[in-house]
Formats: sequence, structure tokens, C-alpha cells
Amino acid sequence: MSSTATKDHPQLAAIFNRDEPRVDWHDETLWWVRAKRDIAAHKLPEWELLRETASQIKNNVLSNLSTYLEQFEANAINNGIIVHWAANAEEHNKIIYTLLEKRGISRMVKSKSMLTEECHLNEYLLKQGIDVIDSDLGERIVQLAGEPPSHIVLPCIHKKKEEIGDIFHEHLGSAKGESDPKILTETARQHLREVFLTRRAALTGVNFAIAETGEFVICTNEGNADMGAHLAEIHIASMGIEKIIPERKHLGVFLRLLTRSATGQPITTYSSHFSKPQDGKEIHVVIVDNGRSIQLGREDFRNSLKCIRCGACMNTCPVYRKSGGHSYHTAVAGPIGSILAPNLDMEKYADLPFASTLCGSCSNVCPVKIDIHDQLYKWRQVIVKAGYTPKAKTLAMKGMAFTLSSPMIYRAAGKMGRFTFKYAPFAVNNGANPWYKHREMPKAPEQSFGEWYAKRKENKK
Amino acid sequence: MSSRENILAAVKANQFSQADLPGLEVLNTLTATNDDLVEKYKTIGSAGGSFVYEVAGYEAIQNILHKEFKPGVKIISGIKELSEYTYVADVKNELSHSFADVELCILWSGLGVAENGALWLTEEDMTVRVLPFIAQHLAVVISKTNLVPTMAQAYEKIGGATYGYGAFISGPSKTADIEQSLVIGAHGPRSLSVFILP
Ligand code: SF4
Repeated sequence: MSSTATKDHPQLAAIFNRDEPRVDWHDETLWWVRAKRDIAAHKLPEWELLRETASQIKNNVLSNLSTYLEQFEANAINNGIIVHWAANAEEHNKIIYTLLEKRGISRMVKSKSMLTEECHLNEYLLKQGIDVIDSDLGERIVQLAGEPPSHIVLPCIHKKKEEIGDIFHEHLGSAKGESDPKILTETARQHLREVFLTRRAALTGVNFAIAETGEFVICTNEGNADMGAHLAEIHIASMGIEKIIPERKHLGVFLRLLTRSATGQPITTYSSHFSKPQDGKEIHVVIVDNGRSIQLGREDFRNSLKCIRCGACMNTCPVYRKSGGHSYHTAVAGPIGSILAPNLDMEKYADLPFASTLCGSCSNVCPVKIDIHDQLYKWRQVIVKAGYTPKAKTLAMKGMAFTLSSPMIYRAAGKMGRFTFKYAPFAVNNGANPWYKHREMPKAPEQSFGEWYAKRKENKK
Repeated sequence: MSSRENILAAVKANQFSQADLPGLEVLNTLTATNDDLVEKYKTIGSAGGSFVYEVAGYEAIQNILHKEFKPGVKIISGIKELSEYTYVADVKNELSHSFADVELCILWSGLGVAENGALWLTEEDMTVRVLPFIAQHLAVVISKTNLVPTMAQAYEKIGGATYGYGAFISGPSKTADIEQSLVIGAHGPRSLSVFILP
């Protein structure tokens, strides 16, 4: 999105916040998803042990990643899968283009993959004259709207059914004014069935890749990954290097955590294990680094690579719920995205670790126990030290440093502040003060602590 | 150096000292409950949008299917005992796309999970990979002795089996992408019927 490229999180959030009823609706919908997660988690007495086990398995993965990657590769090749390696987004996109070009394929069907969003694959392929259709319903909706997904699990959570109705009317020929989710889903079903049946290439993401067996697992509720992959001649699966788990039996831990954390479902409708290509067909796996190995070397942030992309940290985050996924201007939004993005480009994403209240709710719900809010706090320090502080914050902090540098100025500023609160509250309670957004400013005390203390001493005498 | 070598070298240089794998034994014993698995499966499966029937035998399955599906629709079965339908092995060499007009597909599963209603089917059970996805409706037959409490026991049972493809299927295809309202029947089957044999 070029229009948002120059805006930072507060500015983009301000745009989202113009429509207050929508903010409330967005907030409540995501909180409802979060509540479903709680109910699902509380049903399992072993929930905390599951989380701890998952976290430890991922610890082992990260401490051994190079070995597991080689093991996965060897076993996948043994299974007849063709393995590619991509150091960055550009190489990832090129590999995929080459695979299509060689076969003269100009149309591809894709199922949801946040990695391809991260790599901006669709835009790249479009430029090469390749038509890509996203087949996950939510992704198809945002694709038709010309937007990126705003959430990793619920890509069009920011859209109302009436807006989706308008989009479908324009692009898929549904009746004008139709907004019934059932009818709109049926429209998409018919449209995408035709797509599945005519595409020779399918691209999917990878939820888990198993070193021990060389197979990989894809989780969907709609079955779109399977429809695409089983009907196409060539199935390309894009995976980040961190998707590895050691053994097949570990799926028994992660599949129990993933959807319970995401939406409160006990498991996705389809958990598909791809081990070998069908007779006469091809499976390609593209293993992508794109900054992940660097993050692995950042001791304070490597835990972020444990993420299984359930979205729980977004659903629970008070900032995400009120600012919308697009305000994060990165493929993976929300708390975890705000840790991953600065690793890729610290300057561009310097604002994101500050888009958090550090309330810790994200860390509390994370199924693999990532210390999300601690990492956000640590990124702030790294970013300030590196000189990339977001502008609004720099000004405020400079003002603060100036005020705090002299007792006289400090006292004068305090007096001025209290005066302002008392006689000109509109000067504080307005849109120019970011603290006022969605808050009533507190009443100013009659006297400062200093004054009170001095008086108290006096009275005691 | 190729990207492969570069990536592996960077990963090797940046990974920290060995952290051990945790054991799964405690978890697995914790979840080996003595619950009535059929009851549990029925409750969870129905909540996930499946129709779950406990039946005495194949005749009962046949009777239910006769009521639900009009004669003349294309039905493919992977179960020998349901002999009135096209047997899947007889059409296995047809192009996957030719199954687009299948109304019902009936398959066998050797493993079901009570905690989430999921049924494990491998390529062998499906014969044609696309079948359980492309059919308008899906029915799965399972014996009650093949139900396990949780995914932990499910993977113990799968063990080191080899398969080209396998899937846990836990209900009809569904989506909630439009304002979070649940709609059954996205791209795959519009319904899943599960028949539990003694
Ligand atoms: S960081 Fe944790 S909670 Fe957030 S998406 Fe990843 S796994 Fe889920």
C-alpha cells in the first residue's frame, strides 16, 4: 500500500479512528474471538503444560535449526518433493516465477500464506503478467478490494458485510445490496470452484514442516489449500525457516494449541499432511530466510521465531483492536508483527514497538509463551539507541528532558499545566494531544506534590 | 555460495547452545481419559457442524443415505459393503477434475479423535486425494474401537506410518470470514456425516 508507506502507526490509527462506531465494532468483534479462545483453553486442564511443552519444543528447534532444516530437506527429497532455498523475498518471488514460466503457466490459485504477503508475491507476479487469485474467502475479499489482509487469521475482519456485498456486486456479479453472509459465501464458492478447476498451479503456505518425515502440514477451515493443490499439476509451498518441528508426534501438541488460541475451535476443519506428490504431479517447497536467521542471532528477540501465527496476541491487544490491522503497515500486524518488522527494517518500522500499552495480555495468551511485551519494550530501547525514535515521541521526549533538566523550569511547567487544566481544559482535551484520544484527561490537583510537601512540613512545625 | 549454504551457515552461526526436547509422556498420560469416547465424539462432532450417527451396521447406513440422497445422483464410495455405489478403485485413474459433479463421497477412516471430532484419512483411504474435498457432501464410516481421546493418542497411533498424503477432517468445509458469522459449505463439502459402527 503506497498510500500508507509514509504514514506511521499513530497517523494510520487516527484514520481508522475517524469512524468511532466502527472502532467499537472492531474492538468488540475481536474481543469476542478472544473470549472464545479463553473458553477453549479453560476446557483443557493441561493447557498450561501444553503451552510450556510447545515452547520447549520450539526452543529445541531454534537451538538446532540448521540440523533440522537439513534433515527436513533430505527427507522431503526422499519423498519426491523438490526443495528450493530463498535468502530473501526477491529470490522467493523469482523462484516461483521461474517455476511458472518454465511451464507456460500464467494463472495461479493461492491459499493463505502470510509469507507471500511479506514477500509481496502477488504484486511481483502481476508485474510479470501472472494472474494470482487468493482462494481463502477473507483473502479473496481484501484482494478484490485492493487491500492487504488486516489480520493473519481473519484477513477481512475490518470489513462489514454490506461493504463485502458491494465488492461482490462489482466483481462477482451478486445482486446489488446483498449482504447475507450465506449468499455471499455461496457466490464466492461458485466463483472459486471455477478457479480451482482451471488453474494448473497452486501455491500454499506451510503451518508445520516435520524434520523427521519431510512432510508438511497446512491448516484451513475452507479446504481451499487442498482443492487448489490436488487439482493443480504443480503445488508450490512457501515456508519460513522457522516452521520446522522435529517429529511428527509434536503435531499432537501444536495442532491442539493452534486453533484453540486462534478462534476457540478445537482444531481446523482440515489439517492436511503433504508427504509425497501425487502420481504425475510435482510438489515444490521454497524454504525462505528473509531476515529470520538475523533475528535468530538477536538474543532478545529470537523467541519471536517460535510464533505459530494463531493471531491470539492481536485479538487480545487493546491497541490492535482500536487501531485496526492496517495501521501497522506490515504484513503481520499486531504485537508479534511489531517485533518481527523492526528486524527487517528498523527505520521503517521504528514506530511499531511503541504501538503497545505493554499490558502483557499478548504474552499471557501466546500458545508458545513468547515474551511478547518484554520484547516490545526491548525493541524500544534498541530503536532509541539506534536513533530511530518516532518523530512525535522524540519531540515529546525532548520537551520532557528540557523540563526535567532544571528544577525551576519543572516547577514552572507544573504550575502552567495545572493552570491550563483548570482554566483552559480545551487546550489539553483536544485531538492534538495523543493522550486525549479515547480518554478523559484527569482533573489537575490543586497543588503540586512539592507544594503539598512544603506545606505539610510547615504544618508539622 | 548458494542461498542454501548461505542460509544454513547464517542459521548455524546464530543458533544458541543446545536446548533439549521435552518429553511428551506426562502430557499423553494426562490426556488418556476414561471418558465415553463415542459420547464425547458425538457432542464435539455435532458442535463442529457434523451429523453423527451411531449405527448397528452397513444396512443402517444405507437406509440413512437413501433418505438423504435422491436416486440418480453421482455417489462414489470407498467402502466395499456399500455395493450399490460406484466403487472408488474403479474410477481411480480418471482425471481429478472429473469428480466435480460428485454429490456424495463415502470413505472409511481408521482413526477418530474425541476431543475435536477429527477423522484421519490417508491417501489410501481416499484413493483419489481430491475426493473428500470436491464432493458436495462427505460421509465417513468409522468403528468405535478406532476412537482415541486426544491428538496425543492419535499421533501415537499414526506413529511412523508412511503415506503420500493424509488429513484430519473434522467437519464440513466452513468459513466465518464475513463478519464472523459461521457459514457451512465454503469450497469443500457442504456436510459431513459420520457413521460410528460398533
Ligand atoms: S506471537 Fe503467540 S499469540 Fe501471537 S500469533 Fe504468534 S503464536 Fe499466536
